[in-house]
Amino acid sequence: MYTLKVENLSKRFGSRRVFSDLSFELTTGRSLSITGRNGSGKTTLLMLLLGLHHATQGKVSYVCDSEQLPDSAVRAGTALVSPYLNLYDQLTGEENLVFFATLSGINLSGKRIDELLATVGLERRGVDPVGAYSSGMKQRLKYAVALLKDPAYLFLDEPTSNLDIDGKLFVRQLVESRRRNSIVVIATNEEEDYSLTDGLIRLGQ
Amino acid sequence: MDSFGLASKAFAVLAKDLRLEWRTRYALNTILMFGVTTLAVVSFSLGQAGLPVKLLAALYWIVVFFSAMAALAQVFTREEEAGTALALRLSADPNAVYLGKLFFNLILLSTMAAIITPLYFVFTDAPADNILLFVLVLGLGIVALCTATTLVAAIISRAAVRGALFAVLSFPILLLPLILLVSASDSVLLGQSISEILAPLQALIAYIVVMLTASIMLFRFVWKA
Repeated sequence: MYTLKVENLSKRFGSRRVFSDLSFELTTGRSLSITGRNGSGKTTLLMLLLGLHHATQGKVSYVCDSEQLPDSAVRAGTALVSPYLNLYDQLTGEENLVFFATLSGINLSGKRIDELLATVGLERRGVDPVGAYSSGMKQRLKYAVALLKDPAYLFLDEPTSNLDIDGKLFVRQLVESRRRNSIVVIATNEEEDYSLTDGLIRLGQ
Repeated sequence: MDSFGLASKAFAVLAKDLRLEWRTRYALNTILMFGVTTLAVVSFSLGQAGLPVKLLAALYWIVVFFSAMAALAQVFTREEEAGTALALRLSADPNAVYLGKLFFNLILLSTMAAIITPLYFVFTDAPADNILLFVLVLGLGIVALCTATTLVAAIISRAAVRGALFAVLSFPILLLPLILLVSASDSVLLGQSISEILAPLQALIAYIVVMLTASIMLFRFVWKA
């Protein structure tokens, strides 16, 4: 059983307070939407949860069966899909998958690559350079990269941006299926996405 | 993480960077353009007039230093500019990233040296009697330059004025190895044996060990900051 514990989290940029005293706890099978107007700190909060920004105050803990997870286990168990996260344009979709799998210590077979690409609707496009993909296809490939390590913690920032109707449906089905076995945190302004999660935090109020 | 796991992940970072470089040739073109242009300009301006050996040794390391300044930072700035650094930070062990990037810079600078060193001897008429010893000094110099600049490249990668900052931050920490390298190269060009340049070589090896240890200890904080 995995837990994401956030205690009294605050973030300031200079004199500007982004949010303060934020606390919540999520366990496997629970999910959360974070919403708020532009600039309210949704992405900043995700970056804090992922340890990529420093909190002004407070603490984020990744716990498994009451044991604090070390950095390497957090890295292995978390995945992010975000407009700010790009893959390598000069590599093909397959090369990107193999590269990120190797970094995660996963030996990816050709069959598994095909499965992942099929899951995100990129069948037969794995040999093309990512630079030749449309923005929606790049977004789909980010989902394939996120899914390859079967993450215990899945963070989605504007999860349906750049996606067509089929893509949005895929994301909703994905969240629906993942949230049973993972902790899913979504930063979004799409009201439809709120219904996918158990809880909602509104920032900037 | 065991050492095999670290090695395979560092190799994955290296292989990815080599593949990207092969497809774009961005850093290699920059480094070669600078090295060859500088050598050619100096050679034509000198004409038949030869330079003293001391100046020839300094000239060689000036070319290598500025070529390194022109290209070695790209190993991290390219990740930031392309927006791929975030994916790398989330997926890779910081030590694997540092080692992969360090070996990429070593290969890049070695390739540059393999091309400009013969040109240097041809253009400047530098005495090439002791070429194996010169290659030994060059090898240590490349390792010293790359060990120090790879960490600096990571530090400046998210700054606004990266190019200028890279040279400014690198210069103080590269001053000592550059002085040692010019001194050792000068002695080699004058035909001295390895026993006579042992002191600068030992100092260079000590510098490399200190920089490598400090870089491995500090890189994870720089990379995550």
